[in-house]
Amino acid sequence: MMTTIGGIYFSVCAIACLVGALITVLARNPIRGALGLLTTIVGIAGLFLLLRAQFMAAIQLIVYAGAVVVLFVFVILLLGADAHDPTGPGKAKLVRVAGGVLLSASVGVAGYLVAPELAEHPMPFVAAPAGHGSVAAVGSLLFTEGLVPFELATALLIVAVVGAIALARGRSENKAVVAEPHATLRLFHGPVHSRDAGYPLPKGTDR
Amino acid sequence: MNQLGFHVESYLILATLLFSIGAVGFLTRRNLLTQLMSVELMLNAVNLVLVAFNRIHVGTMSGQLFSFFIIAVAAAEVAVGLALVLGFYRIRNSVHSDDADTLRH
Repeated sequence: MMTTIGGIYFSVCAIACLVGALITVLARNPIRGALGLLTTIVGIAGLFLLLRAQFMAAIQLIVYAGAVVVLFVFVILLLGADAHDPTGPGKAKLVRVAGGVLLSASVGVAGYLVAPELAEHPMPFVAAPAGHGSVAAVGSLLFTEGLVPFELATALLIVAVVGAIALARGRSENKAVVAEPHATLRLFHGPVHSRDAGYPLPKGTDR
Repeated sequence: MNQLGFHVESYLILATLLFSIGAVGFLTRRNLLTQLMSVELMLNAVNLVLVAFNRIHVGTMSGQLFSFFIIAVAAAEVAVGLALVLGFYRIRNSVHSDDADTLRH
């Protein structure tokens, strides 16, 4: 197998992906897991560059490294020490063994099914035309063929953001319960407005 | 011409490994945050396969388009999922997925 710059670049990115994925899954501290996820995402963005998908590499870095991982880190910091997993990966021996068996079984089945096919029909890269995967090409495709899904994705994102805010804010019933008796007390125990008690009006108010 | 990183096979092997690691992590870990990150790993593996297959079908860019929409949906999923984790933490004071058993009792 010839080692070229591209081969070395692929190996570096692939090792970064695998090491990051293992850290994500095995880390007890979720912050370390988030950093492992970041390593994987940067490695995959590097592979996208090798695959002539510059636009996807940029999107991968902006959306995943810039938004998703930061969101994870924010939530982990918000939860503090409670985000820590005291049991760690697979405390029970059964879980550990099952994980290993599952991993090797899935890789083995995939290799058994796919490897003969690939040996029969090798799929080497062909020369890509100029502009393959560029921002202009993918963007024009996005606004012609993919216009309807694109608009649906915007709707999905706005609904998701509103839903996330509604879920994360929680209920604010405590505030309403506190505010109500205070207003009634003020009604019976003195002037409703500071103007009636002889205090000067705040500047900028006309009544 | 069969060099590393310039045929689809190497990307398929890498994506299989990434997806399997993510699946095993989702099934064996009990921390909701780690499980969400494992889901992200699986989505990234699928994105890698789509873009790699798009590299040998150079006349079109449907694979990259698909992968773009997967990234959009994944971002929405993470936003809602983390909000759910926060809400769950507010109720049960824990992010352990074994504690999400209110409907069982």
